[in-house]
Amino acid sequence: MSETALATPEFSAAGRPAGRLRRRNWPAIIAWAVVLLILVLLPLYLPPGLLSAGQYVMVGAVGAIGLTLVFGQAGQLSLAHAFFLLVGGTAYSVLAGETTQAGAERIVGFGWPPLLALIGAVVITALFGLAFAPVAGRLKGIYLGIASLALVYIGFYLGRALPALTGGASSGRNPEPFSLFGFPFTNEGDIALFGVPLRQPERLWYLFLVVLVIGYLLAAGAMRGRVGRAWRAVRDHEAAAAAMGVNVLRAKAVAFAVSAAYAGLAGVLLVLWYGLLKPDESEFGNYGLNTSIAFLAMVLIGGLGSIPGAVAGALIVWGSQQILTLFAADLGLGTALSGFSPTVISLYVYGLAVIAVVLFEPGGLAAIGRNTVAALRGRRRSDMDSSGASGRRSAPPGKDGK
Amino acid sequence: MTTFVQLVVNGLGKGAVFALLALGFVVIFKATGVINFAHGSLVLIGGYLVAISVGALGFPAATAIGIAGAGLAALLIERLLVSRSRLADPNSLALLTIGVDVVVAEDIFRRLGTTVPYLGAPWDAHPVRLGNITLFSTQLVALVVGLVLITAFFLAFRFSDWGIAMRAQAENPEAAALMGIRRSRVTATAWLVAGMLAGVAVVFIVTQDFSGIGLSRTTHAIAFAAFPAAILGGLDSTAGAVVGGLVVGLVDALSAQYVSFDFAKVAVFLAMLVVLVARPSGLFGTREVTRV
Repeated sequence: MSETALATPEFSAAGRPAGRLRRRNWPAIIAWAVVLLILVLLPLYLPPGLLSAGQYVMVGAVGAIGLTLVFGQAGQLSLAHAFFLLVGGTAYSVLAGETTQAGAERIVGFGWPPLLALIGAVVITALFGLAFAPVAGRLKGIYLGIASLALVYIGFYLGRALPALTGGASSGRNPEPFSLFGFPFTNEGDIALFGVPLRQPERLWYLFLVVLVIGYLLAAGAMRGRVGRAWRAVRDHEAAAAAMGVNVLRAKAVAFAVSAAYAGLAGVLLVLWYGLLKPDESEFGNYGLNTSIAFLAMVLIGGLGSIPGAVAGALIVWGSQQILTLFAADLGLGTALSGFSPTVISLYVYGLAVIAVVLFEPGGLAAIGRNTVAALRGRRRSDMDSSGASGRRSAPPGKDGK
Repeated sequence: MTTFVQLVVNGLGKGAVFALLALGFVVIFKATGVINFAHGSLVLIGGYLVAISVGALGFPAATAIGIAGAGLAALLIERLLVSRSRLADPNSLALLTIGVDVVVAEDIFRRLGTTVPYLGAPWDAHPVRLGNITLFSTQLVALVVGLVLITAFFLAFRFSDWGIAMRAQAENPEAAALMGIRRSRVTATAWLVAGMLAGVAVVFIVTQDFSGIGLSRTTHAIAFAAFPAAILGGLDSTAGAVVGGLVVGLVDALSAQYVSFDFAKVAVFLAMLVVLVARPSGLFGTREVTRV
């Protein structure tokens, strides 16, 4: 599948560096600083429920950035994100945890320091992504997507078949709480910021925020650099990319490894957020196909290949569910088992959003944002217009992807 | 040995059902180039219609309603969404069907609530004994119905005007259009046929013999195994869909018996992965050629 259709041309190297080097984009820098400041101050004001929802969104955003790199930038459809999430969470729990005896089952743990375990988990997940590269190198488009789906089922099986690592599907295992150079991300110890005591929820918020910002900047850097150009070349035309000297197989393998690493990182954050690693008991659990599809929805709604879009997509897909759950009683929504539960509504929302994006604005929120900014600046040129909808329509039907 | 024969026959019966689903995938793919991720939803719609009408109307009439409803739903997806964005490329349309699947499947689950209804197939849970071999009658009926429908499909595909128009369009859309073949009619009937096949399949899936559980998320998950079936055989090959379906049914039945029930769900996807690595376009699919 050539992803010309879903390409976001304004990420091509042209235009950007000039603007970056000559004049700094002060409005954008100030906007980012304000956003960061708000994110730093929010935990001082938010109630625990919203705090937890915000953490969940940040976990989703880290994972979605990984998917937007492999699918949006490199054009490789991956439905295996949920599997890599499981691998990351399991690897962290095993590396950081202690060996314990739970009933008849001996649960293995290495007792590494949590930071080391987190890095180890990311590396292990990346290796899993790399191991899938031989398959990814041979397949394209939807074939690749469905082949990667096999990983989700393998994860489902292994999660249950290896209770020594995962704790088994019925009870799971508790991951070691995170700590950094002796500073625990739990309720231990008293520290305060502006008179607000920082306990576990606030500390995890800042941990997740730091991880998200680092992940965001690394992804943006990769996208702007040589790696990103190679990915886009492979996405747009493999043969042309090879002719230009891009090592196609390596570019694909790197994209899969990087995307898996992000998913693994999100998986670590997820077990820290839940306080529990629990493999699925059925095919439609936390690490099932539906989670892979939720991540796909995030990057589609946000705009394929756009990193801010991925974050916004996470806010819509995972945020809507959490926030609706929090306010379910106020909104008069049903509980999980009756009728229009928050989860059901959030699924409607993102299902419909995916349909709307494909039909009306293939560039997603990123394109809408760009068009809005351009309109506000009053220099909406014809080429800006073509960035989203008409850009993909320039490809003759039937010729693309085949 | 008796176990083995038993497993093969039951596996082939399941395989016939997967073949019906996979055939639907392939028909839609050939006509519109779209991979229909909403196939599981069509299965659920058919099953839901049967479940709510079987009490009042009896099994045959309820099944007819289910099949018609699933076909109609597929037609609606094609008319309202897919045909509207004719210029969007097939891959984004596949993503669109994911959105459809999320919404429709969740709506059916919401309607079902805590109920897990069976569809009341009269042959369900009546095992047949031949000597010391026990066979599930659902799988036997599925095998017969599957063979009849698949044969009818191939005859229609080969000889009817619809089949010829369909193959012509899959072969070369521009030339087919110039020959006076109406694209919209071909694609609409393709979706209709695929939906109806899904409506037939669900009557067999939601039985004690096949899935052992009523209409639920599990039904949706089982319908997903038609994906490996279609991919295994090659997405643009109708014969491949049938072979793929039978392979999936056999792998499922044999691995559930000889390895473990859990492993059976993975085994199907592993088989697909092995085939894809060896032959990236499936067993009978057309090889992609990159022109520079």
